[in-house]
Amino acid sequence: MARLNVNPTRMELSSLKKKLASAQRGHKLLKDKRDELMRQFMNMIKENKQLRSEVEQGIAEANRYMAVAGSVMQREALETALMLPKQEVELDVSEKNVMSVYIPVFDAKYRTSDPDDIYSYGTAFTSVDLDGAVSALSKIFPKMIRLAEIEKACQLMADEIEKTRRRVNALEHIMIPDYQETIKFITMKLSENERSTTTSLMKVKDMVLKQSHDFK
Amino acid sequence: MSEMYKTAVIGDSASVSGFAALGLSVFRETDPAEISKLINRLAANGFGVIYITEPAAALVSDTIKKYRSRKLPSIVLIPAIEGNTGDGMRSLHEAVEKAVGSDILK
Repeated sequence: MARLNVNPTRMELSSLKKKLASAQRGHKLLKDKRDELMRQFMNMIKENKQLRSEVEQGIAEANRYMAVAGSVMQREALETALMLPKQEVELDVSEKNVMSVYIPVFDAKYRTSDPDDIYSYGTAFTSVDLDGAVSALSKIFPKMIRLAEIEKACQLMADEIEKTRRRVNALEHIMIPDYQETIKFITMKLSENERSTTTSLMKVKDMVLKQSHDFK
Repeated sequence: MSEMYKTAVIGDSASVSGFAALGLSVFRETDPAEISKLINRLAANGFGVIYITEPAAALVSDTIKKYRSRKLPSIVLIPAIEGNTGDGMRSLHEAVEKAVGSDILK
């Protein structure tokens, strides 16, 4: 702990006391913020983990179909079949404020809402596995959107939690003890001055009395 | 306040072709410098979500890290056709470690 480099005056003392009070209030608020952020983060990270494993499984399934489709169809035919999609996705992005962390909220808008109307090719020249791949992907896609949203939210919240934790620690272990020590130092110094003034006054009084009454 | 954003997929041809059927913008790219440039260009041009295959993401981890603390775009790792490398889960664990101080998901 280091004492701050200030003059031991009453003015400094009162301003330091004010600073200490606001530091303590800030510390309490930040601590509450950190705890609440942490609580929400834990909920989110659980959902995130769950979603990620679901999405990874879904994509793995689609990839299995795709691998088969790629082996029975020619590369060019496959690319051509998928070249002109029927489906179109647009993301409506708004934002949500969670404990002053702004996290994005994605709302996917599809051009065709019919899940059977997503195949952009005739079935004559394509493998049935391609249908399987496309349908598996379209099934998992809403979860992928949610995953993008929640993954970003988790990253942003992790950043904010780290920042808040640093602030809380700085206040708790450095700023507040420093203020307290400096306040103690100034109080001691001031009362020391006071005592020294009193003693010298008593001395002067003695001297004056001795002079005016001239008694021994 | 809301705006319309687009969605992109980056990766090797075999892994990402299927996403074209869903109407996502598909970019077949395997060169690190090109992927990095592509991500920057997409981020500046109204793409809200970028899915990238794990092998492709491993090549440009610096670029991806740069966008982590931004609100948009959200860059999400997905398994490629060769299988799951676990990089996507690992980034989740990293976030937990950053926030909590230790990885409590294990």
